[in-house]
Amino acid sequence: MEKIEFDYSKYDFKNSTAKYKILFNEGLSEEVVRRISKLKDEPDWMTDFRITAYKFFVKRPVPEWGADLSKINFNNITYFARATDKKTDNWADLPEDIRETYDKLGIPEAEKNSLSGVEVMYESEVVYNNIKKDLEKLGIIFCDTDTAIRKYPELVKKYFGKVISPNDNKFAALNSAVWSGGSFIYVPKGVKVPMPLQAYFRINAANMGQFERTLIIADEGADVTYIEGCTAPVYSKDSLHAAVVEVIAHKNAHVKYITVQNWSSDVYNLVTKRAFAYENAFVEWVDANMGSKVTEKYPSVYLMEPGAKSNVLSVALANKGQHQDTGTKAVHLAPNTSSVIRSKSICLNGGRTTYRGLIKVKKGATDVKSSTRCDALIFDDFSRTDTYPYMEIDEEESTISHEASVGKIGDEQLFYLESRGLSELEAINMIVLGFISEFVEELPIEFAVEFNRLIKINMEGAVG
Amino acid sequence: MEQIEINGLEVSVNQKKVLNGVDLLIQRGKIHVLMGPNGSGKSTLANVIMGNPKYTVTSGSIKFDREDLLKLKVNERAKKGIFLAFQEPVEISGVNTMNFLVTAYTNLKGKDPELRKEIIKEMDELNLPDSFLKRSLNEGFSGGEKKRFELLQVMLLKPKIAILDEIDSGMDIDSVRMLGEITKNLSKDIGFLMITHNDHILDYIKPNMVSVMKDGKIIKSGDYQLIEQIKKEGYKQLI
Repeated sequence: MEKIEFDYSKYDFKNSTAKYKILFNEGLSEEVVRRISKLKDEPDWMTDFRITAYKFFVKRPVPEWGADLSKINFNNITYFARATDKKTDNWADLPEDIRETYDKLGIPEAEKNSLSGVEVMYESEVVYNNIKKDLEKLGIIFCDTDTAIRKYPELVKKYFGKVISPNDNKFAALNSAVWSGGSFIYVPKGVKVPMPLQAYFRINAANMGQFERTLIIADEGADVTYIEGCTAPVYSKDSLHAAVVEVIAHKNAHVKYITVQNWSSDVYNLVTKRAFAYENAFVEWVDANMGSKVTEKYPSVYLMEPGAKSNVLSVALANKGQHQDTGTKAVHLAPNTSSVIRSKSICLNGGRTTYRGLIKVKKGATDVKSSTRCDALIFDDFSRTDTYPYMEIDEEESTISHEASVGKIGDEQLFYLESRGLSELEAINMIVLGFISEFVEELPIEFAVEFNRLIKINMEGAVG
Repeated sequence: MEQIEINGLEVSVNQKKVLNGVDLLIQRGKIHVLMGPNGSGKSTLANVIMGNPKYTVTSGSIKFDREDLLKLKVNERAKKGIFLAFQEPVEISGVNTMNFLVTAYTNLKGKDPELRKEIIKEMDELNLPDSFLKRSLNEGFSGGEKKRFELLQVMLLKPKIAILDEIDSGMDIDSVRMLGEITKNLSKDIGFLMITHNDHILDYIKPNMVSVMKDGKIIKSGDYQLIEQIKKEGYKQLI
């Protein structure tokens, strides 16, 4: 395997931006933040929240501990765009170019396969919203976050920004100032959502930032699985995606959050995801990152009360010119809490993967169990992978383990498979899909098929 | 007749010469046994016929039906009907064994709706449990199981020429008998190059040809009577 060119054109769904109803000029100021809030007709508390966050954003420096973010020009980004004025529950009512894009992403198929409540996010706002009636009957709320603020103001106000404060980090502050769209989910006490809830996100205007804000609340004993998937077209200028995802799992609740992100290779993907898990609650992050120029993402779980559990399973794939700086945090604040972390990373064509993890055990949090396993698969000598497992253990009575492995794709494995009639590319695909099989097994079948396809597209450049 | 014809084959690995002019014939429907001391180049020859990129052919030719095999990629050789049963089959984590078999079969033979049934039937014949199919490829298999799994692939993929690289080593006595019987049966239609150290296997099959290799060369060829000679006198008398 030697010289490799990566062709992203198969995923280039770039559509015209001519049909935007509202498109802000590039650049950010307090005035822009106020305008966003006003356009959305938001309550004062949200306007204030945005302004406070904007001030934090201005004060905080660009973080330098991770990947190179020095090339981001915040004045070169559009902070708000509205694709269409009206929202709809009917697929056929959507503008044709929007439908076309989503057809390519296979959303109607996903629906046919009865994944419930598809909520599609096009640009900054959710334009398509289809919640099955039986979910509503169970008292489940599943809508875009803008709608949630209008329809359920007290519920949103109680939780919004409580898991991730606007001052948490520079990009969480930016999101808090200019956020638009994202999903809001509330599952009432004891309700188990019978099917996974699903949303797709896309960036589709050159140089446009996307700042979705997702908030999931599982009340006592509730159970919900949420899936989001992203693809994006190729652009020459840098785009920024800075999302915030907050999850609250109350006593005995279970939340499983599945993400597959496949950003185009010019996107800075800087996401803050965090969950609070209360007594005996169980939170799972299942997170795949492909594409983008730089991804910094560390889905975290704060284990707040005894018996809380977390499970984080992630895949990162870095191709030419890409740096996936990903990992997780498990913060054990109570006794008898446990965390399991499994990370799989693949780098090729000079791509770079970094695992960055933190296990923290607070004094008094006895009988904590935590295990981390990081496996890296590296294709060539000019790709790179690093592991930075940080530990802050203030309680002796805890069981912490960390294992890591780095492997090159094996010549003998390729030869074995090729001797059975597989081409080099088919052999690579089989080995890579085997490497990440425990991740794929966590996905619903329709999504697993799509995910395997994305992996294969990424591997196409891997044959010399 | 379909046959692999090797002439004056010289091969090196890491600048070191490991085959020094090998001539050999493998004919469809016949069994050619290749013996010789450890390190004589038998496995190297098997790998070079299949096209392992680790080895560089510096001189000579390998032809299959007059076609130059050395110009073909590994999977193209497989599609011509050449098969290598590995001495040490590699483990591949997360690759489901059933999925592997179906993919290999589909690539080489095309789609077959009855394939799964066929696989189960042949596994039964080889005393391999069904649970095998759910495991990762060659992972957690015992030495003997790995060898029987290689044999399963010969039975399933029905190549024209099969090279068995010491698949009898590490097999218990019953498995060796089974291997002998199955090979004998398949040899009506398949040409075998059987590399072995173990003369037990030769209690069950009667090879058409026997060659002995040493220091990267064939030093002696003959019919099955050569085996009797080796049994009595060892390799030393041949040199």
